[in-house]
Amino acid sequence: MRPYTYAQARSVREALRGAGPDTAFLAGGTTLVDLMKLEVVTPERVVDINRLPLDGVTLDHKGLHIGALERMSDVAAHPAVRQHYPMIAQALELSASAQLRNMASIGGNLLQRTRCGYFRDVTTPCNKREPGSGCSALDGINRGHAVLGTSDACIATHPSDLAVPLVALSTTVHLASPRGTRSVPLDTFYTLPGSTPDVENVLRPDELITGITVPRSPWAARSLYLKVRDRQSYEFALTSAAVALELQGRTITNARIAAGGVGTRPWRLTAVERALTGRPATPATFEAAVTHAADGAQPREHNAFKPALLRRTLVRALTELQESR
Amino acid sequence: MNQEHDAGPGRSGVSRRNFLGGGLVAAAVTPLLTGQAEAKAAAAPTVDGVAQVTVRAAVNGSPVTVRVDPRATLLDTLRERLDLKGTKKGCDRGQCGACTVHVDGRRVLSCLTLAATTTGREVTTIEGLADGDRLHPMQQAFVEHDGLQCGFCTPGQIMSAVAMVDDEGGADSDDEIRERMSGNICRCSAYPRIVDAIRDAQQVMR
Repeated sequence: MRPYTYAQARSVREALRGAGPDTAFLAGGTTLVDLMKLEVVTPERVVDINRLPLDGVTLDHKGLHIGALERMSDVAAHPAVRQHYPMIAQALELSASAQLRNMASIGGNLLQRTRCGYFRDVTTPCNKREPGSGCSALDGINRGHAVLGTSDACIATHPSDLAVPLVALSTTVHLASPRGTRSVPLDTFYTLPGSTPDVENVLRPDELITGITVPRSPWAARSLYLKVRDRQSYEFALTSAAVALELQGRTITNARIAAGGVGTRPWRLTAVERALTGRPATPATFEAAVTHAADGAQPREHNAFKPALLRRTLVRALTELQESR
Repeated sequence: MNQEHDAGPGRSGVSRRNFLGGGLVAAAVTPLLTGQAEAKAAAAPTVDGVAQVTVRAAVNGSPVTVRVDPRATLLDTLRERLDLKGTKKGCDRGQCGACTVHVDGRRVLSCLTLAATTTGREVTTIEGLADGDRLHPMQQAFVEHDGLQCGFCTPGQIMSAVAMVDDEGGADSDDEIRERMSGNICRCSAYPRIVDAIRDAQQVMR
């Protein structure tokens, strides 16, 4: 690990003072400490933000507010989350391990870096880690890589489970900087890799995530997160689906659908949502609606199974949600 | 106190930084400070031009003050500075669970926890579990069920299982035990007996 200076911040203002490209904010540390050991991330300053008052889970008429420093396990166990947003609790519980969920913060979860093995290996070219050096995954081992939102510079998968239901539910991210605060839709918070895969979001170097708001939504109370992976627990998704349906009788009046494990960012599937809306909640509807879920996918040598697996994941998630009523 | 004076290049000629890499720079030369001695400590010394951090925590119920490199993990600090070697270094990447300890009663990975962040926290390691010569019920159950082969993952398994019961309410089925213990890898694959041990121990603990 490279040397850095360490400081504990006691207020957001203090944390942001002097923050820049060489500053890393430390919350749970489950990504940052890992990547500093690998020397993938080499900050000159580490600012410990764990003592900042960015906690709290509250539900009001606007929706669910979660402080950036709330831990994954606490949010997953929160009664309001479990009752009103089950797919958020499920996505959290299906992430990582119990120890990591006790450590990792919500803000950090949204900023976790890709698990692409080439990104994590400083001896190989990677445009995300070292812009312009090339992408080793394009013709390398790319079984876990993305098929949607890719570019010829990067095919790294966005690793967060939590971000998938959050994108489906039009979550807003709250940011603070020395210039003030702003709020950004999570969907546009994440950027596509294009020719600059080192840029993953619109967060500026002197900006900090302070919390998120998930809008109050009738879709959210009946929702499900399904994760498909190589082993049953403690593994990243090959594909995943966050699905929420609002029904009147047997007719779908609203749908919120997003996918994980397949995109370079969490992938909202608005076309599938439209194809479900106004139709009866039947297997035939589900099968038809997901037909074009992976349109535009660009599979590589080892991940050509992903478009079909995504469609089946979506159908199974919709079916399980329907049957759980 | 100033490690710069003591920790020159090693005999092999490799530089101190290359040799020690992470946060172990001060391992042999900085004594553990307690109580009054700590209060006399001068301004933070530097290593590699980086200011050291003073950590004041409770470890297994005893107050501890130790000055660490900001890069030092809790795992390395426990093992190399406090001589608590029951906590094991497996992958050192947050993937195996061998380094599991409790911080403020919650199970966490000490390999991804910077020691500098633990000021004011209560740290419990496998050494802090038994009551004198009387084993903790989880330790006793692992012995009775032979819930191990090589034993390297065992301290992490036990610390994880104790928090799973005490802090998180336990598991209602063997499947749930397996799911909630999935962060602890056993390379010998002693899983069936680990599940047996946890199932029995939580009856006693609950």
